[in-house]
Amino acid sequence: MAEPGRLTIYTRVLRAQIRSQAQYRLSFAFELFASMLTNALDIATVFVLFSVGGGLGGFGAREVLLMAALSAASFATADLTMGNVDNLRVYIRRGVFDSLLLRPLSALGQLMAVTFALRRVGRAVLGLTLYTVALCVADIDWDIPRLLFAIVVPFTGAAFFCSLFVAGATVAFWWIESGEVANAFTYGGRDFTSYPSNMYGGWFRDLFTLGLGFGFVAYFPALALTGQPDPLGVPGWLHWCSPLVTLAAMCLAAVFWRFGVRHYRSTGS
Amino acid sequence: MPRVQLALTSAGFRRYATYRQATVAGAFTNTVFGFLRCYILLSVAATAGGTVAGYGGPELATYVWMGQGLLAVVASWDQLDLAERVRSGDVVADLLRPVDPLWTYLWGELGRACFMVLTRFLVPTLIGAIAFGLYRPQHAVTYALFALSTLAAVLISFCCRYLIGLSAFWLLDIRGVTVFWVFVSGFASGLYFPLAVLPGWLSTALWVATPFPGLMQGPLDVMVERGGIGNALLVCVGQVAWVGILLLVCKWAQARAVRKLVVQGG
Amino acid sequence: MIISARGLRKDFTVNRKVGRFRRERHVVSAVDGVDLSVERGEMLGYIGPNGAGKSTTLKMLTGVLTPSGGEVTVCGLAPVAKRTTLARRIGVVFGQRSQLWWDLPLAESFSLLRHIYRVPDSDHAARLKMCSQLLALDEFIETPVRQLSLGQRMRGELTAALLHGPEVLFLDEPTIGLDVLSKQAVRDFLAGVATRGDTTVVLTTHDLADIEKLCRRLVVIDHGRVVHDGTVDELHARYRSRRVIVADLDTPWPDGLTLPGADVTSVTADGHRVTLALDGATAGEVVAALAGAVPLRDLSVQEPEIEDVIAKLYRS
Repeated sequence: MAEPGRLTIYTRVLRAQIRSQAQYRLSFAFELFASMLTNALDIATVFVLFSVGGGLGGFGAREVLLMAALSAASFATADLTMGNVDNLRVYIRRGVFDSLLLRPLSALGQLMAVTFALRRVGRAVLGLTLYTVALCVADIDWDIPRLLFAIVVPFTGAAFFCSLFVAGATVAFWWIESGEVANAFTYGGRDFTSYPSNMYGGWFRDLFTLGLGFGFVAYFPALALTGQPDPLGVPGWLHWCSPLVTLAAMCLAAVFWRFGVRHYRSTGS
Repeated sequence: MPRVQLALTSAGFRRYATYRQATVAGAFTNTVFGFLRCYILLSVAATAGGTVAGYGGPELATYVWMGQGLLAVVASWDQLDLAERVRSGDVVADLLRPVDPLWTYLWGELGRACFMVLTRFLVPTLIGAIAFGLYRPQHAVTYALFALSTLAAVLISFCCRYLIGLSAFWLLDIRGVTVFWVFVSGFASGLYFPLAVLPGWLSTALWVATPFPGLMQGPLDVMVERGGIGNALLVCVGQVAWVGILLLVCKWAQARAVRKLVVQGG
Repeated sequence: MIISARGLRKDFTVNRKVGRFRRERHVVSAVDGVDLSVERGEMLGYIGPNGAGKSTTLKMLTGVLTPSGGEVTVCGLAPVAKRTTLARRIGVVFGQRSQLWWDLPLAESFSLLRHIYRVPDSDHAARLKMCSQLLALDEFIETPVRQLSLGQRMRGELTAALLHGPEVLFLDEPTIGLDVLSKQAVRDFLAGVATRGDTTVVLTTHDLADIEKLCRRLVVIDHGRVVHDGTVDELHARYRSRRVIVADLDTPWPDGLTLPGADVTSVTADGHRVTLALDGATAGEVVAALAGAVPLRDLSVQEPEIEDVIAKLYRS
């Protein structure tokens, strides 16, 4: 028998996880529905505010939709795959993380598999659908680079959020009750990226848009796709840099994670 | 306050006072969201000619920052222990005590709310006042009405969550109800955007037919003196009426639950 | 040598509350320079009081915790750096943790583990068959783990730890909380593993009966340091633990009577039962002297209790 690939093993662990969850069918259906509703509400909120002044940050409906949909697609995809890794703190508190470290697989990979929540698939599908619609209605001068960029960018955005989820969860190795702090950047990041970055002001805008890189999830990519200049004056070539920023974020998160695992103090007996 | 109630309240206070790190973490998150939402609403106001649905700059800043502070005080997203205790069967011990569990939980909840006012409410309010400048009420009586309105909001939230906890007597898994509550109480309480932004018929329907605006929008509208003292009084009266109705519903549901427990043995 | 540790240590920093708001940082050494070498096929008992550093040592040997200092190799590998490689060659049972899938039947957990450890089908089947015979798994192998009793679950855990044919088996409190019968089953099974001799076993426990039944070699740790490393007999010799003679008499024990080579350790209130600890003389000599001095009705010779020795060790 050929040796099974690493991916196959993870798939099996994942399937086992889904089978365990499927035992609670009714609440699964309800949560699937409710999470889609929440996602829809997030987008609806953007447009409720849009309707007040007939624009957001000087952008029209099509650009705003593109940004909000890109943010939703990125976040929901990340949330589907990694949104529950912050359960690490529960695993650490109960000492369950030990058993992940005792298996011949990557601890992070296993953590992803055991915290995977299928109910979030609804949100991801909704987000990606909305993004497709937004691309169709947006005023984009299609060419090959833009097409490739449009395909890649929800996934780089998702990878960016994944890095945040991992980094946020890693804090639990030192500070178990840190959950809410991570929320400020994950859920806060989702809210931040749903709106054009030029709506924010002062140091807060610079810190989140450029310093932490949230501008590269939806705002700059949307500008790159529609070919619009940035009202904040960030040069045009930088709008295309989302994949690079994401790569940097992933590297940082990976290094941080490894550092965290080395500092794991297995509690309890 | 008689001694038992005082003890229960202070126990609730002290219980949350032990979660120091979580309190710091929570206040930090509230602050980040405060900046985020405040900038968004101010930008919307700038586009729309200075106001959003009649709220000017300082009113919007107050709505956002005090709203972030009230979030932890009203705590509509955290479930009471009751639900877990019903599920595990420990609730029998609560029902055997000489004090009605409804009041036991209520006093504990007030203690929790007091602690949150001193920490999670004050921190974002101060930061918002420094960073953006908040609305300064014209009348001194507004502060008293705001306190009353906040107390009513805490009680409304408590009753709703108590009912959700009791629903565990009949439902095997209350996660669905919980998710529904988080959704409705977020949207219909004015947490995401001021309810006045909605079409007139919808916001009126929410105010008249549901207790949800009383959770957040009520106290915040009182604070920014929207519609003057008259409206503030109206908001408070409405909230108090909802508290009365919901407490009666809680009593009724609890009596049914106890009967179910006695007859069917849980 | 399959396990070797030299100067192994683990320090934790803890914040201790001083007064109302101030906190002080303290460094606590949970493991404070442990030297340990275990040969292939050995069965080692690793014991110590609560908080002595047993579990912490085990976690460093298995790659869960990064040591603060010292050197350690297991199967010739550095546990943390080569964690996933090592994981295939060792098996671990933590008595209070589960490595099984809570909501899935035991059988499914086993088949998942087969994939995770990449065990060839035939090996897996053979080992599973052996374990299920010895541990009588058949009656509950299709039951979800959450519905198993503690004893059943522990039998499942043991199987799960052995399915990939580990070279070293680490057991942390494998009998904790089990009823008498389950304890017996687990011990018999482990004794079987030991006699086959191809698996090295390191066992931590609070139950000294586990050690007496299973381990020849005993390592005692206290405050993070090894205080004894040797056989159970050596431990008795070192602490001069003595055999004891309990004698029932027809008439009360005369006050002040002594026997050469034995100490009177206790006399009951009515004086009809006396306990003597051997001190230099043989049991035969003491019994003969006893029979000459007082009218004997009944008599028993007891081996020294390991519990007493260990208690002495912890106190010193």
